Amino acid sequence: MQASTEQTMETMTEVPTLKEKLCSVYEQNRSLISAGDLPFITELREKAFTHFKKLGFPHQGLEAWKGTSLDKVLSHNFGLSLTPLAEEVDAEEIFKCEIPNFETLLVTQLNGWFVHNGQPIRQFPNGMIIGSLANAMKKFPEIFEAHYGKYAKTENNGLNALNTAFAIDGFFIYVPDNVHVEDVVQMVNVVSIPQDILIQTRNLVVLGKNSSLKLVQCDDTIDHMHSFINTVSEVVIGENSSLDHYKLQNKDDKSTLINNISFHLTDNSNLTTSAITLNGGLVRNNINVLIDGEYCTANVNGLYLMDKNQHIDNHVFVDHIKPNSTSNELFKGILDDSSTGVFNGHVMVRKDSQHTLAYQKNRNVLLTDKAAMDSRPFLEIYADDVKCSHGATIGQLDESAIFYMRQRGIPADEARALLLYAFAGEVINQIRIPVLAERINEMVRKRLRGELSTCDDCALHCKYQNNAPCVIDLSNIQLT
Amino acid sequence: MTRSDKMLSIKNLKVSINNKEILKGINLEVGAGEVHAIMGPNGNGKSTLANVIAGSSAYEVTEGEITFKGKNLFDLSVEERAGEGIFLSFQYPVEIPGVSMTNFMKSAVNAQRKYHGLDPMPAQELLHKIEAKRKLVEITDKMSGRSVNEGYSGGEKKKNEIFQMALLEPSLAILDETDSGLDIDALRVVANGVNKLRTKDNAFVVITHYQRLLDYIVPDFVHVLYEGQIVKSGGRELALELEEKGYEWIKNELAQ
Ligand SMILES: Nc1ncnc2c1ncn2[C@@H]1O[C@H](COP(=O)(O)OP(=O)(O)OP(=O)(O)O)[C@@H](O)[C@H]1O
Ligand SMILES: [Mg+2]
Repeated sequence: MQASTEQTMETMTEVPTLKEKLCSVYEQNRSLISAGDLPFITELREKAFTHFKKLGFPHQGLEAWKGTSLDKVLSHNFGLSLTPLAEEVDAEEIFKCEIPNFETLLVTQLNGWFVHNGQPIRQFPNGMIIGSLANAMKKFPEIFEAHYGKYAKTENNGLNALNTAFAIDGFFIYVPDNVHVEDVVQMVNVVSIPQDILIQTRNLVVLGKNSSLKLVQCDDTIDHMHSFINTVSEVVIGENSSLDHYKLQNKDDKSTLINNISFHLTDNSNLTTSAITLNGGLVRNNINVLIDGEYCTANVNGLYLMDKNQHIDNHVFVDHIKPNSTSNELFKGILDDSSTGVFNGHVMVRKDSQHTLAYQKNRNVLLTDKAAMDSRPFLEIYADDVKCSHGATIGQLDESAIFYMRQRGIPADEARALLLYAFAGEVINQIRIPVLAERINEMVRKRLRGELSTCDDCALHCKYQNNAPCVIDLSNIQLT
Repeated sequence: MTRSDKMLSIKNLKVSINNKEILKGINLEVGAGEVHAIMGPNGNGKSTLANVIAGSSAYEVTEGEITFKGKNLFDLSVEERAGEGIFLSFQYPVEIPGVSMTNFMKSAVNAQRKYHGLDPMPAQELLHKIEAKRKLVEITDKMSGRSVNEGYSGGEKKKNEIFQMALLEPSLAILDETDSGLDIDALRVVANGVNKLRTKDNAFVVITHYQRLLDYIVPDFVHVLYEGQIVKSGGRELALELEEKGYEWIKNELAQ
């Protein structure tokens, strides 16, 4: 017995970490990974790779990761694919959006790769361009040179670094000046693969001047395998432009989703974004809003409904670097069972950002004694003529309100559901696409009644038969 | 009528909060068609009694019994008691942000219908009914779109309680200081609302500090609740006597 224990110990120490395996894969596949690059992107990769080598994955010793541990996730034997799917798949096959009357321009990623359907890039009569990031960089190098890698920094962020080193494909959306896109653009990331998988995807969204766009971004997992998705999105909103961005996360319990999104706002621009997390094993939203213009408005919202052992971490950084802009943050969460959550909201108002209005609110309801929430608002203000406020609450449902409703004849369960639904409503009401708001409302209602526990019940129902893409099995990587 | 025919019957009710005895043996019988007024100094257990009848779990019933229409109330949940026809107009109505008044009343009406095995009320019919009852208590329709009691003034909250009572048509309504905070006109409106709802089949328990209300809602019985017990009962003239002599009079009488 003793001998075998020792042996196990010994082999344990020899198993390389995920970081070491990834570094080894990168070093052995440099040319493959950067095959389609613009030269400056290869340079970025190399730099990012050194950063990743230095930083590795984030750990709880870091201030920004105190409340969230990736240790368990990192212990899985993930696969990784460095080349697109062997065969073409039909987007309609993978993802069927069942929102009635919700006509969208749908673009899909399957396991991190853009689904072409023979059309890697679509150019619309109004000038809008939607397509695969990998293809777009060659066709529109000037847009990439202006924006790619400019907002998602890698020096201090191991996950950004990992993504920048490895990511090959993702969504690219470009709206030229003076274009108001009528249709809602829906970006869907589907993970469906019968094995544990690590995915790096990269999105770039650029709005020109005097333009507007409504974006809905959905994350779904289908097969119940372990998945670890590390997404980096860079979003640029030109002067006088407006973006509505709604992110709907409905992942299964075995999934880990890192959503790193950086918004860059310029003069007179307008952003409304909501991160709606209905399910997800571990979800970390890194939402960075850089207000690099005057007279901007940024509404940054989130709603999370967690249960079982799910974990949500919303890490929001709103940086006012110019005067006269407004930011409103509203994050609300309901935590059931043994679920846990972190809200880390940092608002920075720099010295010259006078007349800034910055409001932040984080409200949480814990439904059990085992559920836990860690809310850390942080206002850092260097300008003197500003109005800022923040408030964080963690509480239970108001028992006196429940008693009041029951006294009128409403059963206890229904009273609770009404309260929770009202609580969530404050965020849903800010969704400015009525059909979507209605549908999310319905999903939240279902979710609160416990009828939406997996994505099988998702309103955004999707199905997919796997066709085995080319995957490197990281469990077989040996370090030499 | 024999005692057991009474709609509400409370016998030797003892209630504690945090091991402190608040109600020390209450006896009260309320029959259909009757109006009872309960008066008494602050902090002597009036609201406690009202809340215990409604089924609040904040209190511990240590002794006694309450029957309502022959049923043991302690066997019924809060919502079942409401379904049986008990309504409490709260001394402090609760604000429920995000739940619209209309949605709240729809849920309440239909929950009670369900309790009686009825289908939900058709939306149109409900809206008409809401409209009619709102007129009864003279509340403006701008309140209906708002969240339950949220941002209502003290008086608006009380009117809103009577509006809900009118809509739910309970057989026993307990009004806990519904007159407090009402201006003279509102007091008349509320009292008229109550009087219009009075029938030979329903009953009211009116908790108040002011004889003035009883000029409008004329009680059949007046009780004084003092230190957790009903120490004196009488007709409406008892209220006038109390107004004149104050509670010192009762205290002195008890001391003798
Ligand atoms: N939740 C509670 N915790 C502790 N004590 C309580 C609680 N609720 C009531 N009490 C106490 O019980 C006693 C009776 O209170 P109750 O509200 O029934 O009085 P009341 O007669 O309605 O008074 P008022 O005329 O001021 O409304 C008071 O001493 C009060 O402080
Ligand atoms: Mg009271």
